[in-house]
Amino acid sequence: MRPALLLQRLLHLVPVLLGVTVIVFLMMSLTPGDPAEIMLANQNATPEQVASLRHDMGLDRSLPVRFASFVGNALRGDFGQSLFHRRPVADVIAERLPATIELSAAALIFALLVAIPLGVVAAVHRGGILDRLATVGSLFGVSLPGFWFGILLLLAFAVNLRLLPVSGAIDFAHQPPTVTGFLTIDSLLSGRLDSLGNALAHLLLPAVTLGLPMAAILMRVTRASMLEVLRQDYITFAEAKGLSRARILALHALKNALLPTVTVAAIETGSLLGGNMVVETVFGWPGLGRLVVESIFVRNYPLVQAAVLLYAVTYVLVNFVADLLYTVLNPKVRM
Amino acid sequence: MTDHPMPEPLLSITDLRVAFATRGGLVRAVDGVSLEVRAGECLGIVGESGSGKSVTFASVMGLIRPPGRIEGGSIRFGGRDLVGLDPAAYRRLRGREIAMTLQDASTSLNPALTVGTQITEVLLAHAEDLPAGHGPRRRAARQRAIDMMRLVGIPAAEGRLDDYPHQFSGGMRQRMMIAIALSCRPRLLIADEPTTALDVTIQAQVLELIAGIRATLGMSVVLITHDLGVVAEYCDRVAVLYAGQIVESGPTAQVIAAPRHPYTAGLLRSVPVLSDLDRPIQPIPGQVPDLVDLPEGCRFLPRCALAHAACHAAVPMRGLGAGRAARCVLAEAAP
Repeated sequence: MRPALLLQRLLHLVPVLLGVTVIVFLMMSLTPGDPAEIMLANQNATPEQVASLRHDMGLDRSLPVRFASFVGNALRGDFGQSLFHRRPVADVIAERLPATIELSAAALIFALLVAIPLGVVAAVHRGGILDRLATVGSLFGVSLPGFWFGILLLLAFAVNLRLLPVSGAIDFAHQPPTVTGFLTIDSLLSGRLDSLGNALAHLLLPAVTLGLPMAAILMRVTRASMLEVLRQDYITFAEAKGLSRARILALHALKNALLPTVTVAAIETGSLLGGNMVVETVFGWPGLGRLVVESIFVRNYPLVQAAVLLYAVTYVLVNFVADLLYTVLNPKVRM
Repeated sequence: MTDHPMPEPLLSITDLRVAFATRGGLVRAVDGVSLEVRAGECLGIVGESGSGKSVTFASVMGLIRPPGRIEGGSIRFGGRDLVGLDPAAYRRLRGREIAMTLQDASTSLNPALTVGTQITEVLLAHAEDLPAGHGPRRRAARQRAIDMMRLVGIPAAEGRLDDYPHQFSGGMRQRMMIAIALSCRPRLLIADEPTTALDVTIQAQVLELIAGIRATLGMSVVLITHDLGVVAEYCDRVAVLYAGQIVESGPTAQVIAAPRHPYTAGLLRSVPVLSDLDRPIQPIPGQVPDLVDLPEGCRFLPRCALAHAACHAAVPMRGLGAGRAARCVLAEAAP
């Protein structure tokens, strides 16, 4: 894609992100309950004390003014103080974000590795045993609630078979020196294979739990789009050219069939973040999802606000990346 | 046609039967077709949609897929029977010795791959005289691709290898498909409706191109079409198909001058003639019969103005001398 076009697409993101910011801000502002009162609820505070806190938090200003200062601060990376941690929200989130990204990436990789080959095989052997098994399996994958499936996996592999750890992201003894915050990358950077193995062992069950519904959906999308592509004239022509079956499937068919898969994968990656809250809670994963759940319970509004905004921005950016990928797969979009 | 003895035919199809299993019953798409293609000649195959002309040559290419099945007969090419040939041997044959172009180049070229990829892959799959080593092999294949693109009249061929099909005009795409089909210099080209998808002005260019390359490379051509005008212009011999059977065959000039089957005559009457615009166009009344439930007798009987008592019994192909034959009780050998 030409740089000018890339810039244009990036500029398109600005109004979207602004809209998202407005909605997040309004949602938090219009939620019943005054944060100042909630914070002081158990401390027998006088109305004067509440008013003073409201003033400190800027809650006595008008909505537009508060919005402007919220946006202004957010642009500088300042999301206020986490009421629970007594530290800047941005720092608390930055600490938890790598674990969530690592888990989401692992889930995405798991989903793609399972979904694409299975979808292709199911389409090629349409109506065969593998196709039927995959179709039934994907129904389970979509229908099983993550918290239940996660607990099931824990019971089987961690509690009964004792093959994998029960919770957390790494055992204390294997903790690598922090460089990036990503445990797998830090393990590699410090050359500690024991850390890498330990981190991957912790990663496996939550990644499978989080990735399974996505794998199920992507499998169905890949299968359907592969079936569609295999009917096309250019596949017949490729066969008439005497190419190997492998080349026809892997290059001629799959490159076209992956377009819908990429789109759906992007949307699903956005929603991985939502699923994270459940899975991170079940597996005691030290990520953003669990932090947000905890923060909601203690009414830690600034943190929830920043996290929701982050989710929304990520969602938009992931879809932007999908658009870029699209141009690689489909030359007609390339201009 | 000349009188010297006929050389061994390049392709000879004997009593070919192809059926498709459908919910409504077994569709006998090709029902006892026999024909020959001699070295260097151009054979025209004429028939309406559903007459079995494309299915016959998809069988030659080994591209009949379930629910379709070759039920019987033989397809001899270059001295060996292709029916039941193992898939690997068939792959070596397709694209190298027998090539095929499809009706619409805009759907037959893969939209996600450059034309360079699509033409060199045939050479890389089949050509035995390319130099050894990855790099030299690729370069030689590219050079040969450029030569072939020049041969089919694509301007500035070397600069177009990395273009995608959508960057070509309709006529250029058709030329590109022909270049791909001919890249390994096959002995037989099957051109399935090569002009149907094109503008009238470009149709003639593409047909002239095929005729020119046929002379240059000395290959045989099967021209599948529903246009008798195209056959008259470019084909040495013609075979007319109706409802899965050949109803008339012979040297083009004689068949067109004096058709011996009422269907051929009907086809000729339904074509407007520029030199005689006063002559009314007469469409053939009725419809092609249902291929599931065919009567034993002549398949054209319900639409024939010359119907006869003898037409209700099975009508064999009758040799009429001078290389002509017709499937009609009224056809008599010339005295």
